[in-house]
Amino acid sequence: MANLWTRCNNCRHIIYKQDILENLSVCPACNFHFRLSALDRLRMLLDEGQYNLIDQNIFPVDPLGFEDSVKYSKRLEESKNRTSLADAVLNAEGTLGGIPVIISAMEFGFMGGSMGSIVGEKITRAAEKVLRERLSLIIVSCSGGARMQEGALSLMQLMKTSSAVAKLNEAGLPFISVLTDPTTGGVTASFAMLGDINIAEPNALIGFAGPRVIEQTIKEKLPKGFQSSEFLLRHGMLDDIVERKNLRPYLIRALRLLLNRPQ
Amino acid sequence: MKEEKDFYKLEKKIVLFKEEIEKIQSSEEKDKKTKITRLQREIEREWAEISPSLTPLNIVQMARHPQRPYTLDYIDYLSEDFMELHGDRRAADDPAIVAGFGFYRGRTAAFIGHQKGRTTRKRIERNFGQANPEGYRKALRVMKLAEKFHFPVITLIDTPGAYPGIQAEERGQAEAIACNLKEISQLKVPVVNVVIGEGGSGGALAIGVGDAILMLEYSFYSVISPEGCAAILWKDQRAVAKAAENLKIRAQDLMDLGIIDKIIPEPPGGAHIDSQQTFKNVDKELNLTLKRLERKTPEERLEERYRRFREIGVFIEK
Ligand SMILES: [Zn+2]
Repeated sequence: MANLWTRCNNCRHIIYKQDILENLSVCPACNFHFRLSALDRLRMLLDEGQYNLIDQNIFPVDPLGFEDSVKYSKRLEESKNRTSLADAVLNAEGTLGGIPVIISAMEFGFMGGSMGSIVGEKITRAAEKVLRERLSLIIVSCSGGARMQEGALSLMQLMKTSSAVAKLNEAGLPFISVLTDPTTGGVTASFAMLGDINIAEPNALIGFAGPRVIEQTIKEKLPKGFQSSEFLLRHGMLDDIVERKNLRPYLIRALRLLLNRPQ
Repeated sequence: MKEEKDFYKLEKKIVLFKEEIEKIQSSEEKDKKTKITRLQREIEREWAEISPSLTPLNIVQMARHPQRPYTLDYIDYLSEDFMELHGDRRAADDPAIVAGFGFYRGRTAAFIGHQKGRTTRKRIERNFGQANPEGYRKALRVMKLAEKFHFPVITLIDTPGAYPGIQAEERGQAEAIACNLKEISQLKVPVVNVVIGEGGSGGALAIGVGDAILMLEYSFYSVISPEGCAAILWKDQRAVAKAAENLKIRAQDLMDLGIIDKIIPEPPGGAHIDSQQTFKNVDKELNLTLKRLERKTPEERLEERYRRFREIGVFIEK
């Protein structure tokens, strides 16, 4: 009985769970956008919810033998069991308004959506497939940044992925970057900021440094709304803020404009 | 922080020998040469004992050593007629990054590097080598100038990281770094990176990638500072040494991971004990690397640069 209802963390209203789910995981009372899983994201965006997962044949390892309170290999195992995913991103092919696209959707539930070798490789493969088959690329980011447990290998994924999406420029192929809550650190400082069009969901946390690190550095409280989508739009870092219910039509319209395809 | 001082304790004798050498050098004594040679032997002997057991944290301490040569010291040694250029043509000039042109072995080259200050006042002025977006945009502007005139780009890496501040975020710290990565991947001229001290995360990467990455023996390059990593994963500042070990941040680690191209040896005691020898070692490798890169066509370089990063990463493919 109790688990049919949930409390919205934003407006504190008690809401019938089904109502949130039917509303694309957006609070019907306050419009708060709950985090979506990568799979839900693909279902929501692609035509008829039809997606074909690609690049499913690569799997993470523990290249450094990293161990804090928990071994990295154990963290990978736990995340895999929790999310049923191999790592923090899914690549899929499908169509959006009939336009063939590759979508990379990041999964925050897998180690905070962090980018290690697998995320870097899959984003790169997505861009390379788009290049090879002359498609369009959409990346939905949701990440705390580079994955510390893979050390400098993770750091270098910033360059690897940025180089890969850079190739789409010369080829004249569209890349739309969708930033969702949260997108920070190494993901923001690489492909997520490199879209031909950068958009974000409302009230997402987007930035380079985490708010806590900034607070500790400047020894001041941060202003309200700092590093929110609205803040980024105001400072010229985004093309627009798009509510989840409008995301699909927005992407279709943007792709048609970039591909010069009037109705 | 207590651990931070470990290396200062280790190097105590070496520092004394070095001070003695300096005293003799500026004196009128006879036999200067024999005396100095003897002291240098002492330094070598002492270092042979210390160096094999240096911990990753010791190496971090060396990379941050306040006497270590900084970017402008290298530029001063390597180039003639260095002309510093200022400003990003958008908002400001960032003193945490220096950029400009100078002659390097008979040709113009762009020199770009993070700059730290030597005195308290200068350290603050240089923001401890932590750049704002304007710094990265200035760096990119000078790289594009180098491309226009077909000059190679030499970058020197020495930063704790990009500055985490309110204005930095407002003006697009992440965008500035991302944009540099994208542009460097397409830059038609040779780009050589030399990590001379701290290679701190995205802030280092923004000018720290190219055709070849060279690292001084006791520099480090890391996805996050050991302090930051200890705070997040161990939730304990005392875990800094463990974090430094786990992160595999030493030049040799990065060489083993296939990330860097060359380790440049440091003189006994480290770069700060004999900076002239350090400059010579850097000069030698830089020269060889540039010669190798300049023999290739821009197309070959771009293809190899892409492949170079394309192949970084460890995973299983089934
Ligand atoms: Zn609500």
